[in-house]
Amino acid sequence: MTDDLASQGPFPLSRDDLLKAYRIMRTIREFEERLHIDFAKGDIPGFVHLYAGEEASAAGIMMHLKDSDRIASTHRGHGHCIAKGVDVHEMMAEIYGRSTGACRGKGGSMHIADLSKGMMGANGILGAGAPLACGAALAAKVRGDGGVGISFVGDGASNQGTFLESLNLAAVWNLPAIFVVENNGYAESTSRNWAVAVDSYIDRASGFGLPGVTVDGTDFFAVYEAAGEIIRRAREGGGPALLECNMVRFFGHFEGDAQTYRAKGEVEAIRASRDCIRMFAERVIEAGVVSRAELEAIDKEATELIEDAVRSAKAAPLPGPADLLTDVYVSY
Amino acid sequence: MQNERIKPIVMPKWGLSMSEGKITGWLKQPGSTIAVGDDLLEVETDKITNVVEAGEAGTLRRVLAEPGNVYPVKALIAVLADPDVPETEVDAFVAGYAVPKGDDGAEAEAAPRYLFTETPAGTLRYAKRGDGGPTVLLVHGFGGDLDNWLFTIDALAEGATVYALDLPGHGQSTKAVADPTLAGLSAALRGFMDTVGIGPAHLVGHSMGGAVSMRTALDAPDRVASLSLIASAGLGPEINHAYIQGFIAATGRRDLKPVLETLFADPGLVSRQMTEDVLKYKRLDGVDGALRALSAALFDGGAQAGVLHGAVAAAGKPTLVVWGGQDRIIPAAHATALGSNARAEVIPNAGHMVQMEAAGTVNALLKEHIGVR
Amino acid sequence: MARKISMKQAINEALDLEMTRDPSVVVMGEDIVGGTGSPGEDDAWGGVLGVTKGLYAKHGDRLMDTPLSESAYVGAAIGAATCGLRPVAELMFIDFMGVCFDQIFNQAAKFRYMFGGKAETPVVIRAMVGAGFRAAAQHSQMLTPVFTHIPGVKVVCPSNAYDAKGLLIQSIRDNDPVIFCEHKNLYGLECDVPAESYAIPFGEANVLRDGGDVTIVSYGLTVHRAMEAAEALARDRVEAEVVDLRTLSPIDWDTIIDSVERTGRLVVVDEAHPRCSIASDVAAFVGQNAFGALKAGVQMVTAPHVPVPFSPVLEDLYIPNAPSIAEAARRTLSPTGTSPRSIAA
Repeated sequence: MTDDLASQGPFPLSRDDLLKAYRIMRTIREFEERLHIDFAKGDIPGFVHLYAGEEASAAGIMMHLKDSDRIASTHRGHGHCIAKGVDVHEMMAEIYGRSTGACRGKGGSMHIADLSKGMMGANGILGAGAPLACGAALAAKVRGDGGVGISFVGDGASNQGTFLESLNLAAVWNLPAIFVVENNGYAESTSRNWAVAVDSYIDRASGFGLPGVTVDGTDFFAVYEAAGEIIRRAREGGGPALLECNMVRFFGHFEGDAQTYRAKGEVEAIRASRDCIRMFAERVIEAGVVSRAELEAIDKEATELIEDAVRSAKAAPLPGPADLLTDVYVSY
Repeated sequence: MQNERIKPIVMPKWGLSMSEGKITGWLKQPGSTIAVGDDLLEVETDKITNVVEAGEAGTLRRVLAEPGNVYPVKALIAVLADPDVPETEVDAFVAGYAVPKGDDGAEAEAAPRYLFTETPAGTLRYAKRGDGGPTVLLVHGFGGDLDNWLFTIDALAEGATVYALDLPGHGQSTKAVADPTLAGLSAALRGFMDTVGIGPAHLVGHSMGGAVSMRTALDAPDRVASLSLIASAGLGPEINHAYIQGFIAATGRRDLKPVLETLFADPGLVSRQMTEDVLKYKRLDGVDGALRALSAALFDGGAQAGVLHGAVAAAGKPTLVVWGGQDRIIPAAHATALGSNARAEVIPNAGHMVQMEAAGTVNALLKEHIGVR
Repeated sequence: MARKISMKQAINEALDLEMTRDPSVVVMGEDIVGGTGSPGEDDAWGGVLGVTKGLYAKHGDRLMDTPLSESAYVGAAIGAATCGLRPVAELMFIDFMGVCFDQIFNQAAKFRYMFGGKAETPVVIRAMVGAGFRAAAQHSQMLTPVFTHIPGVKVVCPSNAYDAKGLLIQSIRDNDPVIFCEHKNLYGLECDVPAESYAIPFGEANVLRDGGDVTIVSYGLTVHRAMEAAEALARDRVEAEVVDLRTLSPIDWDTIIDSVERTGRLVVVDEAHPRCSIASDVAAFVGQNAFGALKAGVQMVTAPHVPVPFSPVLEDLYIPNAPSIAEAARRTLSPTGTSPRSIAA
């Protein structure tokens, strides 16, 4: 959270917040890169969907939120979790299916949640988070606490009825709801350009009577400024909005995806030209607000944090047989 | 058709809500000679099973109602007649018998089963039966309500003006119990008497209601004509704390039924409907809190907080004490706590709900003590 | 103070009392206010059958009409429940669950388990169930077994106004998701209902009639058919014990088993289709846990394995009736205790 008085140089964020945003993005990247390696080694059960390359979206939006603001995430939710403040050790333990995990080993990668941090859950059902975020926004509106509910969908789930119904409901009820379309160009393997019949999500938003904004989702500052305006407006009773972040996915749909549907050299090219973290670092260093050494120190801390998270996750106890039957009902 | 020598036996009406009863069995065979007060048959209502006693003497000439069948209140179920009345006359009586109408319907119109009144202690429900004669006020016990007087109220109302109320926290009265002590309940009782306009009354109290009646006799002696204490609290420290705790804790039929069974010498009297009625009461918002407050104030740690027999003995009110010999809630030994200052009667084969389980005997004692003719 | 009111009034009263008691209770659904944004009256309908009539005048914006958009508003109710509200969403006809089922069974039902016990979702989804309304195949189903199958939701189906009020109040106060099934043909049925608030705990079946010869288990509308059958059987000196389950998840196995252990005979009546139904569930449970007590094969009386038909003559055949229940009870009393293969199979 930043106000203009505390902003630094050409940026609308304080130096501390710039460092915080960098730390979030760096932590996400380290988390995902490490999962990519460990998954290939066969250490991790199930399957994981990695957020690497998309960090500027999570960080740029979540920098505006408090714990009491709610987000409903997607199957590709690790980045949203970290940016919303979910404990990295608990996340890693969850992905390893340990009893110390964020969900005691019962949810896994696709269901990490921490309601105390306003993280309503990653979601294995695409588009399902949009109505839930409307509910969070409704709760905030009924209480009048100025909170917001934010739904993330990919370009794929933006075609789901739940998402489209939610745009209408939020507009009709004038909810403090924000719909973020993280457009990485692919619905699993299917091209967004083929599967979404409109060229711009602004058109889709206006079709439901709410404003839409499109930004370069690899540009942290573009996301941060657009999200800030939309969130402020929602908090003040101005109603819902849609934010499209055009971004890139460094890995496949899930780990193990050979990505044969992508162009040859595509991934190498986007890593070279559209790495949101590198672009962020260059801009803040160039502006003289933050030194390279400071960022390298954060890099090192992020690496150590993830290493420690993996080490402790592997050492953590597995759930016991009794855990199979608990946590179904509050009371039954 | 009028025939003074032939007397109908009809399905009785017990309490305020009974509309029909099921014959569970005849205790006398056709041809038997019947004396007043003899046990004739057992009838099961949706509340409880009870024995029908003979109100008149004669020979049981016809048994018309079959066990297992359900008959409406006032339906002809048997015929008494002197032995020398010809069979043809008895048959003619049966054939021509008409269930009396009119008075019952008019009574139902004129006197609603339950009344409500706004008192300083909140809204209280009560019933009023009968007119003239002495004024009687029936006070139920912990967790009870005015329907605990199912078999009492109409019997007394034959010669008295009888009121029965639901204390605060009970029945359909307000569930707020501002002061859960005996003094507080007594104040609520007096507030009720003021509001309804009840002058000095013969107080009949069951269990906790007995202690409330005693407290009232001490705090406002001019309001109390006499005391009838039935399985009463306030006559000694002992009380079955497991019952109190079990009654409070039970949330379902399966928990509650065994608790209610301790109230009776014959646990078979606890019907499904009786259990369900108590559950319906216990489910109401505020009841749990009221019962817990009363229990904490009156029976904390398993001992009665208000033991009043010394003071009551000194107060000199005419007092009747009635107990069931098999009372498992408050020991029957308390019956003699008032010594020579009261008439004490212990009815052997009855439990804590002695006024239900031995209704005929208890009603006779009450009528005699109060002077109901 | 008890007075006679209808099940429809009892449900209205439960909503009113809970909205008054707890400001976090909100009610939403299609036409539950009725007429929002239209040129006529503000609360024109109060629900498609008038169940929520009058609540808008008392509670204002805490009653929300929704667009025709079940996924969005049922999901919003569920999301809001995880954020501290106690929403009651009306799904009008339970048949409409097809368009919002994901929000119920993948979201609400699973949050608590999936999130390691760290979520509470105190949402109530009210919906009309059952046939007999001449409303045909997409507005008449008894889909209780579908929800009962799913861990994480509770399923309630009252048979009378007293139970409806107490069970709905419990549903609203309950901290788990509840599917509250209202049989539309019971809406007008009156019984004694206290004016005060009260909650009936889940998992406590009601025994409506004592009997030692055969146990008849049912829920919802067919409880009344079972009672009619029991009266008919009583005329032949067969005493049936009638158990009204009230809640299907949780279910009161103890009361069923206790009764069967006394009677040795069981008829299960279910307005749902026979396969994977409440009837087959109860039959299987008793077969597994009280086989020694059974003197005859368990009889199921259900709707047939067909959609609900429209034509009144066909729909009347579809709904389990008292004669078929009594006949099933008599089969358990026949020497062989078996039944001919029915269209159910």
